[in-house]
Amino acid sequence: MKEVFITDYNCVTPLGFDVSSNWNALLEGKSSVALHKIIENQEPFYASMIDSEKLNEEFQKNFDNQEFTRLEKMFLLSLKPLVEKHQISDETAFILSTTKGNISLLKNQTTLPEDVFLSKMAQKIADFFGFKTKPIVVSNACVSGVMAMAVAKNMIQAGKYKDAFVIAGDEISEFVISGFNSFQAIGTEICKPYDKNRDGINIGEATAAVYITSELNQNEKFSFKVLGDSAINDANHISGPSRTGDGLFASIKNAMTEAKISSEQIDFISAHGTATIYNDEMEAIAFNRMDFQNIPLNSLKAYYGHCLGASGLLESIISMESALNNILIPSKNFKETGTSQTLNIIKENQTAEIKYILKTASGFGGCNAAIVLEKC
Amino acid sequence: MQQLFWKNVKMKTMKKTDICIIENSKIIVNKQIIFERQTENFQDFAKEAYKSLELNYPKFHKMDNLSKLAFLASEMILKNEDHSKTALVFANKSSSLDTDFKYQESINSKENYFPSPAVFVYTLPNICVGEISIKHKMQTENAFFVLDEFDEEFLNDYSQQILNSGKAEKVLCGWVELYKENYKAFVYLLNN
Repeated sequence: MKEVFITDYNCVTPLGFDVSSNWNALLEGKSSVALHKIIENQEPFYASMIDSEKLNEEFQKNFDNQEFTRLEKMFLLSLKPLVEKHQISDETAFILSTTKGNISLLKNQTTLPEDVFLSKMAQKIADFFGFKTKPIVVSNACVSGVMAMAVAKNMIQAGKYKDAFVIAGDEISEFVISGFNSFQAIGTEICKPYDKNRDGINIGEATAAVYITSELNQNEKFSFKVLGDSAINDANHISGPSRTGDGLFASIKNAMTEAKISSEQIDFISAHGTATIYNDEMEAIAFNRMDFQNIPLNSLKAYYGHCLGASGLLESIISMESALNNILIPSKNFKETGTSQTLNIIKENQTAEIKYILKTASGFGGCNAAIVLEKC
Repeated sequence: MQQLFWKNVKMKTMKKTDICIIENSKIIVNKQIIFERQTENFQDFAKEAYKSLELNYPKFHKMDNLSKLAFLASEMILKNEDHSKTALVFANKSSSLDTDFKYQESINSKENYFPSPAVFVYTLPNICVGEISIKHKMQTENAFFVLDEFDEEFLNDYSQQILNSGKAEKVLCGWVELYKENYKAFVYLLNN
């Protein structure tokens, strides 16, 4: 089977518009979650939001054409440095992961604006950068970002493409905030993944981009091999996490079988950890079923909030950055075990040799995803 | 080398065994019309089909229209057989915009602000895949794509890769598009 590598990445988040500023902010333990007034006539919510003025400023510095929505601007900024470094050919895939895309455009409309169609938005971005193949949009709830990397790997291995640009993004909207609020799933302060006092999620926004290729040219600053992936459904409930962790457990197992590595080899787990009572409990059960209770693990949700379709890709990028710097980032806001089974949750910055990374995610619709990366 | 050769042989023999098409008020399975009813809207059509086909799954009534469409098409193919190793790979154009639009209406005005979790959960296109998984207890690979048009080659390539990797033995594959009264399902089973 053809080997597939991640050799470049970038991200746009409230903590910074490139990877190094994000990494430095994380090392200092900064969180971008704060109170924001998002819905008129309602109390503010804790959320992680990009300052629109700063975003526009950065966008103007980089692009002449200003005919883009706020989310599209975030996408363009994340992708630009990669497109400048890696050539787009007839055999280059363009894969976009999102849950809601330009959903904000729907407000007070009587008919559908064109740009709310995800394929339309993807085509607009593809045309701007001159992609030659049809965009592929992955919209699989909160596992989309992890799955998008897997799709790139699988389509390259199927011989359909030589390389791929994968981008993932979602923005904060009244639509999404009101929805999660109707589920009473939003936390009352900065979220506390896996902690005893966790009480819900913070919604966040970000875009992230990675370049994936089957052909190394020796000019890479780094490379991570995508070893295995899987996305198994719980077949249990459309909005409630499984009580047994079946789907996540099976996803991890499949991904590791494909990767041909054993449990002891995993050096670090970048988990989902949304800080809802049931999600974190489900993860703790699934990880324990895998005998992962001693492997260092974090959730980045208390730094970035839950960036929905972007979260899996953003968190994978930060994990790879961790591996390159040999530093594990703590799972911010975790103090006391709040799951029925224990996990080795990272409490402070610590140095570590990281070769094999496991990234997981879970979401509505009973979906789960796991991917195994190897630092080369 | 021999193993590689065997894989190549397998690749060529991926078969499309059953096909269900739902459009223009008809449900067609393997070229045979098994249900036809002119109704005022899709919701009524789905309800009539559910009754006539004796599906007997009360959760059906809680689903949004996209899930009902995907569910009906899948039921015609999955039946009561064992699908513990059947993956689900679906795609459409309008994502969950049909329900998105309804949900947005519930939050457009301050006077009529009524967001409902039961509606919100369906504002993701992959929920229909979850519904099918639950019905058939399919703890299997699943994926949902949004494409500007039905691209069978793409779905087959992706499914082929799932089969080749050994992550599934069959793939229920298809296009499930619905926005208001425009709908079309084209769902089929792929076997190695």
